[in-house]
Amino acid sequence: MSEAEDNEEIEVLTLPLDQWHRARGGRMVEFAGYWMPVQYNVEGGGILAEHEWTRTSAGLFDVSHMGQLFISGEGVEAALEAVLPIDLGTLKPFGPRYSMLLDEHGGILDDLMVTRWNSGFYLVVNGATKWDDMGHLREHLPDEVTMTYMEDNALLALQGPQAAAALERVTTGEWPLSALKFMKGGQFKIAGVEVWISRSGYTGEDGFEIALPAESAEAIADAICAQPEVQPIGLGARDSLRLEAGLPLYGHDLSPEHSPVDADLLFAVNKRRRTEGGFLGADRVLRELAEGTPQKRVGLALEGRQAAREGAEVYSGDQKVGVLTSGGFSPTLGHPIAMAYVDMAHAAPGTALEIDVRGKRLAARVVPMPFVPHRYYR
Amino acid sequence: MTRYFTQDHEWIDVDGAHATVGITDYAQGQLGDITFVDLPAAGTAVKKGDAPCVVDSVKAASDVYSPASGEVTEANGALDGEPELVNTDPEGAGWLFKLTLSDAGELDGLMDKAAYDEFVAGL
Repeated sequence: MSEAEDNEEIEVLTLPLDQWHRARGGRMVEFAGYWMPVQYNVEGGGILAEHEWTRTSAGLFDVSHMGQLFISGEGVEAALEAVLPIDLGTLKPFGPRYSMLLDEHGGILDDLMVTRWNSGFYLVVNGATKWDDMGHLREHLPDEVTMTYMEDNALLALQGPQAAAALERVTTGEWPLSALKFMKGGQFKIAGVEVWISRSGYTGEDGFEIALPAESAEAIADAICAQPEVQPIGLGARDSLRLEAGLPLYGHDLSPEHSPVDADLLFAVNKRRRTEGGFLGADRVLRELAEGTPQKRVGLALEGRQAAREGAEVYSGDQKVGVLTSGGFSPTLGHPIAMAYVDMAHAAPGTALEIDVRGKRLAARVVPMPFVPHRYYR
Repeated sequence: MTRYFTQDHEWIDVDGAHATVGITDYAQGQLGDITFVDLPAAGTAVKKGDAPCVVDSVKAASDVYSPASGEVTEANGALDGEPELVNTDPEGAGWLFKLTLSDAGELDGLMDKAAYDEFVAGL
C-alpha cells in the first residue's frame, strides 16, 4: 500500500518545542518547512482521540511555525489600510481581528490576524506563506513603517471547553483570565514569563492563543500540560477540528485564485472598505460585491462513510459544478464533510450534489457552515 | 498456510490457490484511525500491483495493492460497520479480501515474516 504523502528531501527546520514533542511521542512530519507533530503515538493519542479530547477537554497545539510580525512607525494606520481591507478606525486595542492580504488583482495571498498594540500592530500570518507575506508587505509599506519579524517568539494554542479552567490555574496578570471574552487579548504571566494571550483559535471551541518567548516555550508548555485537562494535539486533529468548524485553510480553501467574495469571507472586508475601497485588490472585491461571482465556497455533507478530498470534482447530474478544496471524515458527526467551490446555481443549502471519488459518485448536499457549532466565550 | 509480505505493507496468506489479503500492523500504525474501507466486489479480476481496495483514514486515502493476480472471491463485510478492525486486528479479523490465485509463481519475490520484520526495522 502507499500513502499519498511525500516528504521531499529539503532542509527542514526545527521549532523550539521539537524535542518536547518527540519526548511525548510526537510523530514528526514536514509542514510549512518545519518538523511538526501530526499526532502523538501514545495511549490516548492518534488523530481521532486527539480530536475528541479537544472537543471535550482541552488540547495544546504548537503553532510556532506561524509568522508573528510587528508593524509600527509614522503613518502605520494608513499604510496598513492600503494593504488590508480592514477598518482600523473600528479596531479597539488588544482584540485580534481576522483580515486578509490581497494581491493587486484581489486574489488572497494569505489570511491573518491583526491586533492593535499600544505602539503598533501585531500580525499573525500562516507559516507556509510568511516569507512571501513579509516580502509583499515590505514592498507595499512605506519606508517610514517598520516591520519586525518576531522570530524569537513561539506560539501555542489551548483549545476546548476546559481550556479556560486549565489556563486560569497557571496564569497571573493584572486581570483574571476570565476578563477575556472571545477575540479579546491581554498581557499575562505563565511560569513567571510575560506572554500575550488572546481568546481565539482555529477549532471552533473556546480557547486561547499564547505568544511567548521561544526560550521559555518548554517551561510554559510543561506548565500547561501539567493540568489534568490538557493533552498535546497534533496537526492531524487540528485539520479535522478546523474543517468541522468551517474555517478555511490557506493553500487549500484559499488561494490567489479566490477573493474574499467567492470565499464567502466578506466579514474580512470591513464595512467602510466595501464602499470606499482604497486597498490593494479593491477593484475586484468591489466589482464582485456589485456583480456577484460565478462560484462560492460552500460546505458539503456526504452520505455514507467514504471521504472525498481536495481536488475531487462535484457534479450535478452530468454537469461538473465545482471542486473540493478540503474534505475528510468528521469525527464529531460520524460522516464525511467537505468544503468546495461550486457554481452559484448549486450553492444553496439543501442542494443535492455528487462527488466523484475514483470514478465512484458519492451523494452529498450543501449545508451551512460551521458543520459543528462554534462554542466561543462571548 | 504460508504468509508473505510486500514492501508496500500488505500481507497475503496462501493456502493452495486460495489467498487472503490484508495490511500489516506497521501499515495501520502509519495510517492512523481508519474510517472506511472501499472493498472490491466478488468476481473482480485483479492483476498483481492493481489497487482493488482503498483504505480511508482520518488523514488520507491509501491504495492497497494486490500482492498477486487472481479473482476476488469475497470481501470482509465486517469492515462496513467496523472499519476500525483494520486498526485493532490488521493481521486477523481486519483482513480485506480473499482471492483465487491465477499464478502462484508471482509469490516468489515476496518476503517471509522474518524478512519483513527486518525490512520494517530498517525504515
